[in-house]
Amino acid sequence: MTLEKTGRSIGEPGEVAQATATFPATLRRVRDGARFCGLFPVPRASGGSQLLSVVSVDGTLVVEEVTIPPQGRFASLTPEIPAASWYERRARDLFGVDALGHPRLDPLVFPVPPGTPAPLAAGGEPTVAMEPDLSPLPVHLHGQGVFTIPYGPVRSGVFESIEYLVETPGEDIPQLRTRVFYKHRGVDSRFVGLGTEDGALLAERVEGVASVAHALAFSEAVERLGEVAVPLQSQLVRVVHAELERVANHLDTVARHTEAAGQAVAYAVFSHHKERVQRLRARLCGSRFGRGVVVPGGVGRALELGPDELLAAVAALEVAIDRDLRRLMDTPSFVDRLRGTGVLRAGDARRFAAVGPVGRASWESEDVRTTRPYGGYGRLSHLVTERREGGDALARQLVRIDEIGGAFHLVRQALDMLDELGEPARWRAGVPPVSGRAIGWVEAPQGELLSIVEADGGRLTHVTQRSASFHNLAAYPSAYGKDIFTDVAFIEASFGLSIAGVAC
Amino acid sequence: MAWIPRGLRDGVVTSRYPRRADGYGPDFFGHVEVAPGSGDDREAVSAAAGACPTRAIALDGGRVRLDRGRCVLCGRCVALAPDTFRADPGFETAAFSRRALVVPDGEGDDAEVADARMKLARRVRVLRRSVNVRHVDAGSDGSEEWEIAALTNPVYDIQRLGVFFTASPKHADLLLVTGAGSAGMQGPLRQTYDLMPHPKVVIAVGVDTSSGGMVGESYAARGGVGQFVPVDVFVPGSPPSPFGILHGIVEAVGILGSRRHVGAEAPATRTAK
Repeated sequence: MTLEKTGRSIGEPGEVAQATATFPATLRRVRDGARFCGLFPVPRASGGSQLLSVVSVDGTLVVEEVTIPPQGRFASLTPEIPAASWYERRARDLFGVDALGHPRLDPLVFPVPPGTPAPLAAGGEPTVAMEPDLSPLPVHLHGQGVFTIPYGPVRSGVFESIEYLVETPGEDIPQLRTRVFYKHRGVDSRFVGLGTEDGALLAERVEGVASVAHALAFSEAVERLGEVAVPLQSQLVRVVHAELERVANHLDTVARHTEAAGQAVAYAVFSHHKERVQRLRARLCGSRFGRGVVVPGGVGRALELGPDELLAAVAALEVAIDRDLRRLMDTPSFVDRLRGTGVLRAGDARRFAAVGPVGRASWESEDVRTTRPYGGYGRLSHLVTERREGGDALARQLVRIDEIGGAFHLVRQALDMLDELGEPARWRAGVPPVSGRAIGWVEAPQGELLSIVEADGGRLTHVTQRSASFHNLAAYPSAYGKDIFTDVAFIEASFGLSIAGVAC
Repeated sequence: MAWIPRGLRDGVVTSRYPRRADGYGPDFFGHVEVAPGSGDDREAVSAAAGACPTRAIALDGGRVRLDRGRCVLCGRCVALAPDTFRADPGFETAAFSRRALVVPDGEGDDAEVADARMKLARRVRVLRRSVNVRHVDAGSDGSEEWEIAALTNPVYDIQRLGVFFTASPKHADLLLVTGAGSAGMQGPLRQTYDLMPHPKVVIAVGVDTSSGGMVGESYAARGGVGQFVPVDVFVPGSPPSPFGILHGIVEAVGILGSRRHVGAEAPATRTAK
């Protein structure tokens, strides 16, 4: 069995040296230990684009910016920074910007048919309906008895659409690839021309299970542009919603693990806990997903439940969830299923700069609530959690269990502080017609979420919501080492990603 | 095993819906109700129509119409013209045609809706004891999948109604579709539909399936799934609650009708399932 690299690489080695744009500072910073956060093309009205390379240096975001002409090319970062690979494939698909020297520039989020310009190459909104090019990807693995199993995009159960290509000699999975474009909706193009208030509504729908986080990252960027002072009470209400969203997402992964393990009672118990959290969220704002809460300038709705009642409801949930999580982690037939499954080694996690619970189970990945506090988080104390190692599904589960406790801790503090502060004069500060570009960040349940917002006179000219799911899914195939088919459900659940946020 | 007593401790948490009304509902904003001709001045209603992010409100002479197939429940109209638009709880909003999602008194006439409903009832007559459901995501934001998956939790416990999720389209009677109609899912969705045996029913779950919702139409999204498969029942909402989806299923396959029917039969056949 040999691993053969095939696919479309752009540019001869000699040509790479002539690329018009390079990112020397990014390469230097990553060599010095900075974490790569993403590479984002922003089309210019005059033609061509600006490319933003974003890294985190000791928790601070640093942007390196280069301008490239129409149909421009730049020197690929991927050979040195594997985490850049998906960003460069996305840049080619959507913006027609090619990374010279990328080892395999296969289509990722939208395979544009040959000879057709990339949908966002000219900025603005393309009005023409485009058909994706569905020609199959080349296989990567050759050897006797090796075959490829496509699994998806319609899968066995209630899942979001994604296709996994499993290349296997039988039972183990030496090579797994993902095709995410099936549910690409062209969301970036739909932001163009919206006002900031409508932009927040669309941001909520980029990745519906993290609606609060997306609206928050977007609003943070808009508020940074407009130098808006958000009332402290509104910032605390945002914290309450964001942390309950985290609890719901983490309970979802726990429930999916128990389902995969065939623990029927535990599945009933944890899916019920998740339902209780969703219902509590609905009682606070009218939406089970916290939609309409975070708006640029503040919050659209105050907490629609009195502080005493809310504190009691949160305390009851916390006690019940904690007791059942302890029981679950004392169930050997469950824990054994997670131990050693889907190991993302520290080296791979570092290469892909994995974020969120996935990152923190494998390497020292930051939690931006503490390294780069935003909104109300700077006023609250965070639980110091034990560092997890091992990088397997069990480690990821333990990180999430710690985070559930930490989330409740933050909710209680925020509620206490809200009680002391009393009602603000207004829940929303006015947002002027903003112009310019800013980046917002949030620690979503899946990990660090970035929102790159560019506006002119209050109208959005470019928005990219970079979800943690997009960033982490690139590392997902690396978690398949010694695993077999029955492990797939656990590995997938333990990554806890939403495909909507990957393919948007 | 510690889990068995744990499972018993909470008692019965399962809803009796649809045989009995469920108290869950007042907690959340289920739909917008329109009461035209009340205290709001025309300007307020126009302002509400202008503020709607998905252009769901139409002013036609003196009449106000709201397209629930576009409404994402942002609540702006309720804030701007509170006498005309009301945020109501209640999840029984499924409709038998796209045009019937326009309220009040629809764009289609009642006879058209009644006809669609009768044809569907005739088609699903054979399914009533056991319904197998296949779900396909055609470009959702992921929240609809959570709400569909919630139907298997002990609160909704959809299996008590004889409704089961199935992996194979060849075993499926009912197709639950979500999403704004992404171009990439057109083929896979159509293949799934074609593989299902007759009679088959399609339920479009969420506002995105009717109009694309906030995503609408783009180079890659087709403004709903209507171009891909014929839809029998539309469940609006962004996303609809599990009860809203359950209501759509109950309506589509006439589960309530079948209960009444079963009750009239001899006990031996009633337990034969």
